[in-house]
Amino acid sequence: MIPGSFDYHRPQSVSEAVGLLKDKGDEAFIVAGGHSLIPMMKLRMSTPEHLIDIQDIAEIKNISIFGSDVTIGAFVTQAEIISSEALHGICPVLREASLQIADPQIRNVGTIGGNVANGDPGNDMPAIMQALDATFVLAGEEGTREVKARDFYEAAYFTARAETEMLTLIKFTAPAAGHGSCYMKQKRKIGDYATAAAVVILTMNGTTVQNVEIALTNVADTPLYAEEANRLLIGTSLDDASIKAAVEAAKAITDPADDGRGPKDFRTHIAGVMVERAIRQAATTAS
Amino acid sequence: MSKMNVKMTVNGKEIESLSEPRTLLIHFLREDHKLKGPHIGCDTGHCGACTVDLDGKSVKSCMTFVGQANGANVTTIEGIANPDGTLHVLQEAFKEHHGLQCGFCTPGMITRAYRLLQENPSPTEKEIRYGISGNLCRCTGYQNIVKAISMAAQTLNTQEAAE
Ligand SMILES: Cc1cc2nc3c(=O)[nH]c(=O)nc-3n(C[C@H](O)[C@H](O)[C@H](O)COP(=O)(O)OP(=O)(O)OC[C@H]3O[C@@H](n4cnc5c(N)ncnc54)[C@H](O)[C@@H]3O)c2cc1C
Ligand code: FES
Ligand code: FES
Repeated sequence: MIPGSFDYHRPQSVSEAVGLLKDKGDEAFIVAGGHSLIPMMKLRMSTPEHLIDIQDIAEIKNISIFGSDVTIGAFVTQAEIISSEALHGICPVLREASLQIADPQIRNVGTIGGNVANGDPGNDMPAIMQALDATFVLAGEEGTREVKARDFYEAAYFTARAETEMLTLIKFTAPAAGHGSCYMKQKRKIGDYATAAAVVILTMNGTTVQNVEIALTNVADTPLYAEEANRLLIGTSLDDASIKAAVEAAKAITDPADDGRGPKDFRTHIAGVMVERAIRQAATTAS
Repeated sequence: MSKMNVKMTVNGKEIESLSEPRTLLIHFLREDHKLKGPHIGCDTGHCGACTVDLDGKSVKSCMTFVGQANGANVTTIEGIANPDGTLHVLQEAFKEHHGLQCGFCTPGMITRAYRLLQENPSPTEKEIRYGISGNLCRCTGYQNIVKAISMAAQTLNTQEAAE
């Protein structure tokens, strides 16, 4: 499978990349790792006339942590997220989830920016970014603007990013020290997108849930932030009845497609199973 | 659409071509430079038959445009053997422990294992299986591949201790 022809560009700065995006309009695409884009180009579902490779842009390649404020550059790879001890120390769910994305070779190349900007409901990072209440920084010709991960996803492959904007940074505040977390993903094999997956970030106050953030992957057109499920769990002692109520509330917002991963009802059922397991697992790591 | 000048160090040799930007690294290696070691199995990033080492990392060359690899240092299966032409310990181990049947997956498998053993010189069986999870083999059932990698790790560690 041979992709369509294009001209290749390798800008050295964000402003140069943004300038190219503006000049070339909707004929230009950013390529980060290319591990979502190249398959689409091989299928000719994507036929950009210009590819803008952002690998040389130094300002989007770092993970920086000040206290609990975390900033991750768009060009940080999944492998770099896995190997960052500092990041793992304050937000272990990112390593846990990254290890469930594809395989070692893909993780060496795939970037977090590509994963969240892509807009494919199968991508694992968007739901986690919603659970973390992350902010995406978008650079355009008029400067930068910020969009919350919870407001970013509109439909499959449609996001709040304009075609002339580039995602540069992802920012979030690490969950409180002592929080528990889990990313539970059911997939058919290594390298498969989720049949359904759930992220849970849980803060306890003694035996009572002080805060919880649940979000779901690949059971709708977009990642799903499970607001009602969160509300039902906060203030409870994580008793079986409360967990069941939260699971039902999470299932209620799903709308998965029938596909090779199973019929709609099955995938909604699995979403519920993932939510329950993730809650129970997160509870074991919370203190 | 204009062609671009692509330069890479492949197996220690500098090579150059004028390529269409849409050329994939696997085609650059196989078609333009006749390095037929890396194979095309799935063309979708799943099977790992096209695995090469790029700037010290295992990557799938069917999922990489030449431009992305421009200026890089690439090692393919052709560059794994020792400079005197004798087989690398991993290649010996695959031969010795029957780590292949049809051999289609083998170049990718060994190139991946080569990097894996540098990332983790003494992997457990579980770590080997996880480390090669991006490489599919339709013949062996993996048992002997895992054994070969594990034996190669032991040999390499013994050699290193002796040095
Ligand atoms: C075999 C295989 C299995 C996979 N399994 C999984 C999986 O289980 N879970 C998962 O989440 N992913 C999976 N992936 C996808 C992989 O994680 C991708 O690497 C990732 O989704 C996209 O990152 P990228 O850097 O490769 O982005 P690219 O492919 O380069 O880009 C993806 C899209 O985002 C845009 N883009 C990229 N960076 C920016 C930016 N900074 N600003 C604006 N737009 C940008 C591009 O224009 C493109 O439209 C798999 C891929 C393969 C090949
Ligand atoms: S041919 Fe590249 S992964 Fe299968
Ligand atoms: S030996 Fe035949 S595919 Fe692995």
